[in-house]
Amino acid sequence: MAGSLKTAEEEAPEAPDTSGTRAATITDHIFRNPVLGPLGALIILIIAFSIFTDNFLSVDNTSLILQQSVVVGTLALGQTIIILTGGIDLANGAIMVLGSLVIARLASEGTGAFGAALVGVALCGVLGLISGLIISRLGLPPFIVTLGMLTILQATSRLYTKETVLVDNGFLTFLAKGGYLFGQFQITFGVVVVLLSVAILHFSLTRTAWGRHVYAVGNNDLAAKRTGIDVRRVLLSVYVLAGLLYGLAALQAFGRSPATSPNIFPTANLDTITAVVIGGTSLFGGRGTVLGSYLGALIVLVLQSGLTQAGIDPLYQNIVTGVLVIAAVALDAVTRRRAR
Amino acid sequence: MSESVEEAPRRGTVLEAHGIVKRYGHVTAVNSADFDLRAGEVLAVIGDNGAGKSSLIKVLSGDVIPDAGEVLLDGQRVHFKSPHDAQKAGIETVYQDLAMAPALDIATNLFLGREIKRKGPLGSVLRMIDTKEMRKQSRQQMDELGITTLQSITQPVDSLSGGQRQTVAVARAAAFGRKVVIMDEPTAALGVRESRGVLDLIKRITGSGIPVVLISHDIPAVFEVADRIHIHRLGRRATVVRPQDHTMNEVVGIMTGALPAPPIKEEVAS
Repeated sequence: MAGSLKTAEEEAPEAPDTSGTRAATITDHIFRNPVLGPLGALIILIIAFSIFTDNFLSVDNTSLILQQSVVVGTLALGQTIIILTGGIDLANGAIMVLGSLVIARLASEGTGAFGAALVGVALCGVLGLISGLIISRLGLPPFIVTLGMLTILQATSRLYTKETVLVDNGFLTFLAKGGYLFGQFQITFGVVVVLLSVAILHFSLTRTAWGRHVYAVGNNDLAAKRTGIDVRRVLLSVYVLAGLLYGLAALQAFGRSPATSPNIFPTANLDTITAVVIGGTSLFGGRGTVLGSYLGALIVLVLQSGLTQAGIDPLYQNIVTGVLVIAAVALDAVTRRRAR
Repeated sequence: MSESVEEAPRRGTVLEAHGIVKRYGHVTAVNSADFDLRAGEVLAVIGDNGAGKSSLIKVLSGDVIPDAGEVLLDGQRVHFKSPHDAQKAGIETVYQDLAMAPALDIATNLFLGREIKRKGPLGSVLRMIDTKEMRKQSRQQMDELGITTLQSITQPVDSLSGGQRQTVAVARAAAFGRKVVIMDEPTAALGVRESRGVLDLIKRITGSGIPVVLISHDIPAVFEVADRIHIHRLGRRATVVRPQDHTMNEVVGIMTGALPAPPIKEEVAS
């Protein structure tokens, strides 16, 4: 009885708060719905470039940007789930490169392309598993573990093959060459695969217990452990899944010509972190979306393409990208401070 | 969600421990300590800093494995290897630092680690969670506990005040604690008004028959809600008293060693 009286008292001071909520709703939505920020930025950039340049929105250019987004986009998905747990992966590009080299060499040495692809993807999964085991079982910091993996794998790739490997194989290029035509506009299978991956991961992260646990581990791993979540298993699953996504990126990396070398995508790890951060995912873990990360990858490409078409020195593109990264992190910091 | 405990007799002992020892290196934190908790009561556990009360409580909640001694739940010996084991046995703990994922909403936090799956293949194959059902049950749980201070069950926890977060943590423990709810300093970080709300919640939980172990430094609060007070000193239970038999000053005196610990009275002993 006394309880209901007290709770009524407690409610009274909350009342003036609710009158202010209406006005706060819009900013709240932006803070709470992290996809809106990058989506807005992307739309603004597209509008701006289509006004200031002649053929930014042309069929060819749009199709090209989408096609360019597949490798970094796919890698960024793996990077996102790792960052959501509070980790980071510096080795994702190196894992993908080794995967694509293995696929190319196996295929050029007579293994069927499908089998070679399976081996390559599985290898990337195993490399993710190794990072995941070290990080989850030994409790070592992901930054250091994946930095070590990066160095090891870069050297391994160069020991494995020094020059460009060419494979004459239609299977390895079908992701980039095949696709659906909408009039003049081509959506390649590769783009479809990325969009499907985004959709499946988004579903898993928001609608399954596993997804909730990924966020919980990144938010507060001690709390996750205390509620009975097997934190080590969640971490391991995330690194393995990320590895498999890097394997998918290795297939995408063949592009239109079935050639690969140890030197492709040299800054993939940093590019994915850029995409993830611009996409609104917090580097501290527990907050963010895979959809945002793919939008982040698109934003970087749109920026590069648009500025190139506007005839601006490519170095300025890097400056703008850097500014965007810092702005995105600043926004995250503000959100976190509000949440305190 | 909260199940009744009709199988436990009204005055029966639900949770007990005998001769618990826990050493950390050369430090003996718990030195042959005893403990007992009866059905439907609020048992306060008080003790000076370093008296070993939190180590004892961690043994009961599965956080720490004792070096010696036995723990019995409903008369059966139990061996908890992790907090998860204790949870499965029906013992829920509200930790001082609350064990919540701040970016996730209230309903998700209530069911964290125990999500309700969708029925049919959506749940069994796709492992989909039943967000609607979890929200519905969360709302029911809040209503049952008379919690009216939370605007919406879909609010993220980091938008809540300290007292509201504590309320969510207590509601979670009450929802899943079939046998025992343990609360570690639940009012330590709260203001006067918010502490009141938590003390009222404790009364409501015991009203449904679930006993509550309340670890607290807040002696007035202890005197207000506790049926018995377990006084811990130098790694063991010094005595158990009833608040109506002693003044606060006496209890603090026993706790600090300024007064001798009285023997446990017949009606207080289990």
